[in-house]
Amino acid sequence: MQLATSIPGSSNNGYVAAAYIVFFAIVLIYVAIMALRLTRVERGLRELNERAETAAGVAPNQTHGAHEAHNPPRERERV
Amino acid sequence: MSRTLPLKHGRGLRPLSIATIAAIPLALVLVFFYAPIEAEEGFLQKIFYLHVPLAIVTLCGFVIGGLLAIVHLRTRDRQWDLRSYVAIHMSLIFGVGTLITGSIWARGSWGHWWVWNEPTLVSFLIVMLLYATYQPLRFAIEDPERQARYASVFAIVAGAFVPMNFLAVRLSSSYLHPRVLGSSSNLPPKMAFTFLISLVAMSLLFATLCSYELTAKRTRILLKARSRTLGFR
Amino acid sequence: MAATVGALLRKELLVELRTLESVPGMSLFAVTTFVVFHFALNQNTVSGDEAAGILWVTLLFAAMLGINRLFVADQDQGGFDAFLLAPVDRTAMLLAKAIALFAYLAVLELVAVPAFGLLLLAPPLHQALPDMLVVLVLADIGIAAIGTLVAALAVQTRARDLLGPLLALPLLVPVVIGAARASSPLLVLTRAGGHVDPPQVRWLATLALYDLVFGLIAYAVFDFLLED
Repeated sequence: MQLATSIPGSSNNGYVAAAYIVFFAIVLIYVAIMALRLTRVERGLRELNERAETAAGVAPNQTHGAHEAHNPPRERERV
Repeated sequence: MSRTLPLKHGRGLRPLSIATIAAIPLALVLVFFYAPIEAEEGFLQKIFYLHVPLAIVTLCGFVIGGLLAIVHLRTRDRQWDLRSYVAIHMSLIFGVGTLITGSIWARGSWGHWWVWNEPTLVSFLIVMLLYATYQPLRFAIEDPERQARYASVFAIVAGAFVPMNFLAVRLSSSYLHPRVLGSSSNLPPKMAFTFLISLVAMSLLFATLCSYELTAKRTRILLKARSRTLGFR
Repeated sequence: MAATVGALLRKELLVELRTLESVPGMSLFAVTTFVVFHFALNQNTVSGDEAAGILWVTLLFAAMLGINRLFVADQDQGGFDAFLLAPVDRTAMLLAKAIALFAYLAVLELVAVPAFGLLLLAPPLHQALPDMLVVLVLADIGIAAIGTLVAALAVQTRARDLLGPLLALPLLVPVVIGAARASSPLLVLTRAGGHVDPPQVRWLATLALYDLVFGLIAYAVFDFLLED
């Protein structure tokens, strides 16, 4: 049985490039999908804040979640 | 429990990301400019620094998923099930990468897109076929507590299967041909160092992506919980 | 514990004897598959690696049928709940079901292996029977352990008939490797004297290791499948 040797000549660069490109493409696609999900979560969070503020009788303002003072006191945290 | 959204979930993410972003270009530079060209395989051997770390990290990920599942079954804390799920899910993605890069390497080295006498690739195929049932299994069980429990049982059995399978496949294919795609032992020092850095970079990438996914999942869960508490949806 | 296992096992075997829903189907499936192989391969006889392959694939797929049916009656007729109410060690169910599955496999092989010898095998079977028995027993233990575990896992899901084989087949690949490689030298044509090489020890060791590892794991995790 002969040992495996690489096919001599030009095509090797192409294979190496293909392998590395495929790998990075997979990672990039994954990051892109996660980014999409994150924007959806952020949108949901913004909606939630707006609704919470209108429910508490305050006009919805533009600040994001850091100011939690408006939230009704009976709110419980569930993780 | 504090009343503000706890940011502690994402706490490890930043240093991990920075380390990964530093490690990957370093590894690439080493692979292409520092490591010598291998005598037999030539430039094609450079895939080794990508494919083998991918394989190692994937397999460790599956085994870690099993270990996390053990903790879940013992503590009944669903956080562990979440971690186990993310580890296995990420390993599945990395495993696809392993199979594709392995196939490309086989094609360049041997002329075929698939070879049966490379035990790593073959074992991988079997392991991936097994773990491909993980998500269908989860989604076929509706009750969340039972789903987590059954998934953990699967993760443990499958995690034990990984080394067993490697042993069996290795035994069955080594008697005639030398390894097609080269082994990772007896490396000259420059190559060994490059390989080590590549492995570290790949592990960091895996850990970062897992942390990323965990944070995203937990945030989503918190968001849903908040909407419910506030009485919406 | 032994008493519980004995009682459960008796129930299993009695039910199977009365309803005959697993074993005849498995055996018939195996024999039919041999016929299909004859036409698919377009060969009158097989030997060596090929024979080992056909035999073990057929046995494996027939085992899938048995695995699918293993817990169905308990699931559909409330047997699980009744068992959980009893003050007994839950692992007893694993042992009883695994032993029952082993018994079904043994009967299956009692039918299928001679059928194989009759229909497709070129060399005579009796030359290798004791060694073949060892391989069969070792493989059956592994199939029984993993099969019972997978059956319990799959039966409470929605796509149970599909998930069972999908889970079991990759998990049983090491068993196929060990069993097929071990039985291959037993099924070769010999020129004279009828001497047959014994199976290589490494394959028997692989099978034994697999049985040990997965037997222990099944024992450890089975409890968690039966809660609530």
